Amino acid sequence: MADLITYREAVASGIAQEMRRDERVVCLGEDIGAAEGVFKTTTGLFAEFGPERVWDTPISEQAIVGAAMGAAMTGLRPVAEIMFSDFLACCWDYVANEIPKMRYMTGGQVTVPLVVRTANGGGLGFGAQHSQAVENWAFAVPGLKIAAPSTPADMVGLMAAAIRSDDPVLMFEHKALLATKGEPPPADHVLPLGAAEVRRPGGDVTLVALASTVPTALAAAEELAADGVDAEVLDLRCLIPLDARAVLGSVARTSRLVIVEENPYQGGWGATVASIVAEEGFYDLDAPIRRVAGACVPLPFAANLEQAVVPTAARVADAVRQTLDAA
Amino acid sequence: MTVVTEEPRVEELLELYEKMALIRATEKAAFDQFMAGLVKGTTHLASGQEAVAVGASAALEPDDYVFATYRGHHHAIARGASPEACLAELMSRATGLCGAKGGSMHLTVADHNMLGSYAIVGAHLPIACGAAWSARLRGTSQVAVAFFGDGATNIGAFHEALNLAAVWRLPVLFVCENNLYMEYTSIKTVTAVAQPAAGRAPAYQLPAEVIDGNDVVAVRQAVASAAARARAGDGPTVIEALTYRHHGHSRTDPGKYRPQEEVDAWLKRDPLLVLAERLRDRGVDQPAIDALDTRAREQVAAAVEAARAAPPPPEDSAFTDVWADGGAQWRT
Repeated sequence: MADLITYREAVASGIAQEMRRDERVVCLGEDIGAAEGVFKTTTGLFAEFGPERVWDTPISEQAIVGAAMGAAMTGLRPVAEIMFSDFLACCWDYVANEIPKMRYMTGGQVTVPLVVRTANGGGLGFGAQHSQAVENWAFAVPGLKIAAPSTPADMVGLMAAAIRSDDPVLMFEHKALLATKGEPPPADHVLPLGAAEVRRPGGDVTLVALASTVPTALAAAEELAADGVDAEVLDLRCLIPLDARAVLGSVARTSRLVIVEENPYQGGWGATVASIVAEEGFYDLDAPIRRVAGACVPLPFAANLEQAVVPTAARVADAVRQTLDAA
Repeated sequence: MTVVTEEPRVEELLELYEKMALIRATEKAAFDQFMAGLVKGTTHLASGQEAVAVGASAALEPDDYVFATYRGHHHAIARGASPEACLAELMSRATGLCGAKGGSMHLTVADHNMLGSYAIVGAHLPIACGAAWSARLRGTSQVAVAFFGDGATNIGAFHEALNLAAVWRLPVLFVCENNLYMEYTSIKTVTAVAQPAAGRAPAYQLPAEVIDGNDVVAVRQAVASAAARARAGDGPTVIEALTYRHHGHSRTDPGKYRPQEEVDAWLKRDPLLVLAERLRDRGVDQPAIDALDTRAREQVAAAVEAARAAPPPPEDSAFTDVWADGGAQWRT
């Protein structure tokens, strides 16, 4: 068995894999070059590819993402880093108004093949402006593809797919997963965008999860297994394209659905998943759908407070038990 | 490479005049069709600012990149769009430049590297930087030009773009069409420096020039010099072209906030009149100039008729081209 790799190493590994095969791939962002990124997710890139492919930028989120867009429209495949996903708010015009609408507004004249990578989510005690899970911000904008891997191998495969995609992709790299380890992917690993994966098969309830909530859901499933409840954990991997068929298929087998999402309950992505199942899978359900989501408060700083407002395995297990009791 | 001399040949001047007349006639047609109820939404006419687009375009190579604003009809035509395709877009026809999915504020001519009209003020300056960066990394001699209004100089993206362009020495030109008003407000009342674009350039150690934006020859010369510097690897330039719009900010604005004597003074300096005078000085008689106006009006009249006759976009086109595969599918 090959050595395990970390999620953090997988980010750089996935980018490097694509930079080796396609000279149009260039990186830009704050501190990503010689400093190798504040999260060390670009380790080795500057050394291998040099300053003409890995560009340090000023603290100018609009310039970073705007320049990536201009480069993508003119023949490059830029990979832009926004250090914390909270900072997407600083360049939201590009993410919401420019990048996802360009192809459509021009009647298909222009394509924008770029990746915006960003460290997302809580669990590290960074407080309200550096801890948010903001994938639901992007989920509200038609025209963006959204990936949020939960394992190192998936990170490599989805990063490759994102860079090869002719569409703009937001890559959410979860901060709480950076140090986690997993099996390395096979050589030249590429996953399709929008294909969910069953992480744990089960017949009693479907837990739909994404990124950091995948290990949370798996931990809840283990806890429930001790009570004789067999939970299926479905890792969406991407929000757009959304693998709704996989969700509906799993619910058809289990007849119960609990959605585990880190972003706030208000406007969270789980609401869309729930509405799809309510519209198209209602007669497969034996109990109301439940959502275990972030609380509708800014993220607090203290660890015990943060844990009080994000999904935990105990909260997921409770939700599952309520779902089972409802039948 | 385009060779630009200070005083163009008469034939070149005639070509510049013809293009400017074509834009003027197209803008008049856009106004008339709006009043006739055939242009929906809004339009931001560039009548009075034609010399900036035509002069700059004459100094650029065909594959250089141009980025414009929601007041961008003149740039689309200057870079090769037909009046018919522009008017059809404004009139929501299938034959429009963008298949009637963009509208007046988003005219784009990708075949000619006119890579969009941007309706969020200042957004395209960083995007133009990216195109210039890309040209450099791909080893081409292309430059990118961002045209923007005076109002854009007070938005953050302007400053982020100038700084990035300066530190990366990008082959990009920042061309401000200073028409003295940001929407309904005099730019000088909301800006800390007298020259909203050129006055900021020194802070980024960028060369800057304030020029007569109603003199197509002056624009052509300034852009040619800046483009040559950019191609030589000497980085960006800020050009502030002083000009004036003949209409209000957008279709609903009569422009009453502008003093009549100011309007009258600028109308006397209409870029078409300025160029006509130059042509007469060079020995071209007025009937020959009038003939160019007539030809432009006839061409645009035919374009209007063609656009009127064209069908609306097919309804299913609302569901195309979200993604590069041509479709709009977001889920399985």
